[in-house]
Amino acid sequence: MSSLLIAEHNNKEIKSFTLNAITAASQIDNDLHVLLIGNNCGEVAKSLSEIPAIKKVLHVEAPYYENYLAENFAPLIVKVSENYTHIVSSANTFGKNLMPRVAALLDTSQISDIIKVISSDTFLRPIYAGNAFATVKSNDAKKCITIRPTSFEPCEITGGSAPIEKVESMEEFSQSKFIKREEVKSDRPELGTARVVISGGRGMQNGENFKLINAVADKLNAAIGASRAAVDAGYISNEHQVGQTGKVVVPDLYIAVGISGAIQHLAGMKESKIIVAINKDGEAPIFSVADYGLEADLFEALPQLLEELNKLNTIQK
Amino acid sequence: MKILVAVKRVIDYNVQIRVKEDGTGVVTDNVKMSSNPPDDNAIEEAVKIKESGKASEIIAITVGEEKSQETVRKALAVGADRGILVKAEGIIEPLAVAKVLQKIVDKEKPDLVFMGKQAIDDDCNQTGQMLSALLNWPQATFASKIEIKDKALEVTREIDEGLETIEVNIPAIVTCDLRLNEPRYASLPNIMKAKKKPLEILNASDLGVDTAPRVQQIKVEEPPKRKAGIKVANVAELVNKLKNEAKVI
Repeated sequence: MSSLLIAEHNNKEIKSFTLNAITAASQIDNDLHVLLIGNNCGEVAKSLSEIPAIKKVLHVEAPYYENYLAENFAPLIVKVSENYTHIVSSANTFGKNLMPRVAALLDTSQISDIIKVISSDTFLRPIYAGNAFATVKSNDAKKCITIRPTSFEPCEITGGSAPIEKVESMEEFSQSKFIKREEVKSDRPELGTARVVISGGRGMQNGENFKLINAVADKLNAAIGASRAAVDAGYISNEHQVGQTGKVVVPDLYIAVGISGAIQHLAGMKESKIIVAINKDGEAPIFSVADYGLEADLFEALPQLLEELNKLNTIQK
Repeated sequence: MKILVAVKRVIDYNVQIRVKEDGTGVVTDNVKMSSNPPDDNAIEEAVKIKESGKASEIIAITVGEEKSQETVRKALAVGADRGILVKAEGIIEPLAVAKVLQKIVDKEKPDLVFMGKQAIDDDCNQTGQMLSALLNWPQATFASKIEIKDKALEVTREIDEGLETIEVNIPAIVTCDLRLNEPRYASLPNIMKAKKKPLEILNASDLGVDTAPRVQQIKVEEPPKRKAGIKVANVAELVNKLKNEAKVI
């Protein structure tokens, strides 16, 4: 019995969530092999072989594997999966796009987005955007599992020396074609993985006032979030939306400014390590989840916050 | 061109869900139900394509209990032409839904199948990809822009790094992101008209699909509660606490 992890990479380096997925996969099964599918990705194979948790690297190359189209990856994974009991990947857009296609070809009911490994067939996963946790047991012979990266620590990356084995490529799927990828270049950290997130709500009153949030975010190297109300009001674009219908974030520090705390927003941020709420309505539901609540007018509090942060000698980045 | 749009009836996103005391699931009795939000985007996109003259028919389909027809009726009220309810009881896993949809695709022969990228109840994010696999069709997941070309779609996808553009030949499956469009509301006259639109009711078992769950749900529980926090008097105290007590800045 062995597990097969599908590595995410950009043909040059391993993507960081793969390291979290390796930790989770090695909790399922010690005999962990990794499948690397790409184009001119020899360097990635070498890096993977140095990860102590990995016992073997299966490496396959073809020009049409360069851009990770699920239509090309899935049949290959199915072929390789013959010798494995578990197929695992991270539950980010890479794994979410790919794994169900693999699972359906294997006639397996996939278990998505696990946050804990209970045993080799039983897992904990959030449902209703984390408002409930379900313990689920897979009864399929072969199990397809995706892993919530933020629930597992990244694995060690040096000290191993796993063998690298070449695997033959399969035919190209002709009906889908990659065109381009535009990576958002921002000086700020990405909302989904930032250590600190500061979000504004309807209380910001307009888009212009988000500059108060930006100033504090610059100081804390924080990502900027928003409530659905702020997005719907047009203050900020919807890639910033935190909540059940937006992004679910789990930062070390979440600062909610002018956000009342609707259920749909709380679902997206209440697992944060430390929550700060700044709101002039002392009865706002956001205070019920806040570790530190400040009942104040945000237009006074945000400039003061910036001033106080400026006084500090050091700020964690 | 014919578009099949799959929709799901879920607990409304504004409802605070409650876990049943016996741990068998969440309370759904007397709880407001709605259509799954990204499925509204899927319907909206199909209607926009039809309005632009590029589609001739939109069929809305759902798989679930009898009451799920409400969700199909809502789709009819915003512009779908006819509906299908495939009846099945209990928890119906994405793989089973995909198998039902496969049967319907074989029968209806749509050029495109749209659905939301994820249902906000089980948060699985699987059905569209699974259906693509079963049909061996291309898949364009998490779509935030769809452009119709000759016999193909150019789709912009929301990915972790930003945006990705792919081209998929028709027939294809598209799963829709919330950023794809702004779903319209159904007007009262259209809600009335929707009641007269045809809605076919089938049984999953008659289609030869076994919808029995493969994954055993052992327990559903409340997530760990946050301990009550404190109120601080001013910004200086807040920063002091964050620096010296929580040690997060």
